[in-house]
Amino acid sequence: MNSAPVLKVSNLGKVFRAGGMFRAIGKDKQAVAEVSFDLHAGETLAIVGESGSGKSTSARLVMRLLSATSGQIFWDDTDVTSLSARALRPMRKHIQMVFQDPFASLNPRMKIWQSIAEGLRVHQPGLSTGARRERVAETMQLCGLDESGMDRYPHQFSGGQRQRIGIARALIVEPKVLVLDEPVSALDVSVQAQILNLLKDIQKKRGLAYLFISHDLSVVHHIADRIAVMFGGRVVEHGDADDVFSLPHHPYTQALLQARPITHPDERVVSAVPMGADEGLAESGCAFKPRCTYAKEDCSSFDNRLGDGGYACLHPLNLSKHA
Amino acid sequence: MRHTAVMLEIRDLSLSVSIHGQAVEAVSSISLKLEPGRILGLVGESGCGKSLTAQSLLRLGEYQGVRRSAGDILLDGQSIFSMQDEVLRRMRGGKVAMIFQEPMTALNPVFSIGSQLTEVIRLHLHLDKAQAKARAISLLTDVGLQDAEVLLRQYPDALSGGMRQRVLIAMAMAADPDYIIADEPTTALDVSVQKRIIALLRGLQRERGLGLMLVTHDFGLVAEMCDDVAVMYAGQIVESGTVKAIFDQPAHPYTRALMECRPEVSEAGTSLPVIPGQVPTPGHWSPGCRFAARCPLATEECHAPVAPEAWSEGQHVARCLHVSEGL
Repeated sequence: MNSAPVLKVSNLGKVFRAGGMFRAIGKDKQAVAEVSFDLHAGETLAIVGESGSGKSTSARLVMRLLSATSGQIFWDDTDVTSLSARALRPMRKHIQMVFQDPFASLNPRMKIWQSIAEGLRVHQPGLSTGARRERVAETMQLCGLDESGMDRYPHQFSGGQRQRIGIARALIVEPKVLVLDEPVSALDVSVQAQILNLLKDIQKKRGLAYLFISHDLSVVHHIADRIAVMFGGRVVEHGDADDVFSLPHHPYTQALLQARPITHPDERVVSAVPMGADEGLAESGCAFKPRCTYAKEDCSSFDNRLGDGGYACLHPLNLSKHA
Repeated sequence: MRHTAVMLEIRDLSLSVSIHGQAVEAVSSISLKLEPGRILGLVGESGCGKSLTAQSLLRLGEYQGVRRSAGDILLDGQSIFSMQDEVLRRMRGGKVAMIFQEPMTALNPVFSIGSQLTEVIRLHLHLDKAQAKARAISLLTDVGLQDAEVLLRQYPDALSGGMRQRVLIAMAMAADPDYIIADEPTTALDVSVQKRIIALLRGLQRERGLGLMLVTHDFGLVAEMCDDVAVMYAGQIVESGTVKAIFDQPAHPYTRALMECRPEVSEAGTSLPVIPGQVPTPGHWSPGCRFAARCPLATEECHAPVAPEAWSEGQHVARCLHVSEGL
């Protein structure tokens, strides 16, 4: 893509410091390290990984809900890494977030039109109530919600509808980037399909860029143009979605792909137990080493950096095609 | 393997829940049979009544106002609803055990793993402390946990989600039950951990000839584990059969729609097939086919009650008048 990225992140890092009563005995936790990517209009970048991989922390850093320990974040071409909350406020309409649990993220005492319109209070404070309701109605339509429900309360909506409300709420300020943190993982399959279709639709209409955080590879394959796989706070593989799915280079990516659910009982393999222990990171060298079946001696001194090939591994898989 | 086959059977069971003080039917006339050595998958979306059905096998719903309005559940020929408290207590965990979805909330955070596990063992098996501890260690080893002795002294917060789920499986196995009811046992876990828990459950089930009921919304898990499948929609079983029959030739339009909307079976980047409308909630069910309002094949006659075996092919049955048109 030729256009300038709408979101750019370089060498992002976050260390959670042991604090409070544990300061003396606690250990600092490097949650995210050296994460870099850019995102263009109309494009979807998925960040995948298991719990503790740093994917949600990355999303929160990008949103400036957490402040980074190192690295830089650009919204369009503005460096927002160290802007004050006050300076950031008017800029927040550039990038909005949709959360996993739509019920927990809606105020139960507010009518849903008020929840959806909240962002307008900040970004277009001059609008009259009538004009705000008008905008809410338009956005609800865009999200497949019946505008006649705008005076109802969150509990009167189903899970899928609530997630549509969550999306409408993010879209009302007309952002260029949407950060979606596991937006469909709390939903039933049939509802999940509706929301995924809706997201694709809106992206087509509005040219939005999506940063899609998920642990579900089937969902990701369906919606993403590019994929960044995170493990132990670092991106271990980054590339075009189809390439990553068909020819994963990092053993962890391969393990994730093999752990996908089968689609028919005929695909059952008796000994289909994925490699390694349940969990655990190496203290030094390649973080994935304790779980990796391909690990060799030299992995203990690996620096975990993402190379030019888009993978962080000394013994990458599936390379023959590119050799 | 066991010598005597103990049967667990649900017969025409209807359950009602209390909504604003009124009894509303939530499960309608369900019949299911669990057999030793087989895994039955009970599949459906949220609100279809699958968890209520599963919990009723241990009479757990009663504490939340779930009432049996008709039918029965028979364990080895005896109605579990006629059991006295003491018999019921021994049945729970002793004959039929349960594994819950949330490994985070199913363990008590202020007791050590050892005390929670030996409590179950001693309650059911009348062992002394040392024997119970030995059994606890062997159970934890069976479920693939290392350093069991150290683990016994630890508290739940020191364990990862996968380890906690293994502990809960060990707890379910503690009194050597005939049946295990697992309600979404892998939903809260990471994908790679899911596969290992699946392998563990299958292994234990085969080794001990257990009967297992797996409650899930995930057809991937069903494909992976189950021998038989029952699909629930709005409080009824709409289709049942062997796992192969259900996957090779899903008969009910609802089953077919559910299978088609999975992102893993559709081409990347395309629009996913969807089911129009929503699952009707208890109290808002039509007297005829409950799926008719959302069904592409529905006709006038679907608005009258449809028999549970309106279509059948051997053991494969579906509550639908138009199966052949959809196939």
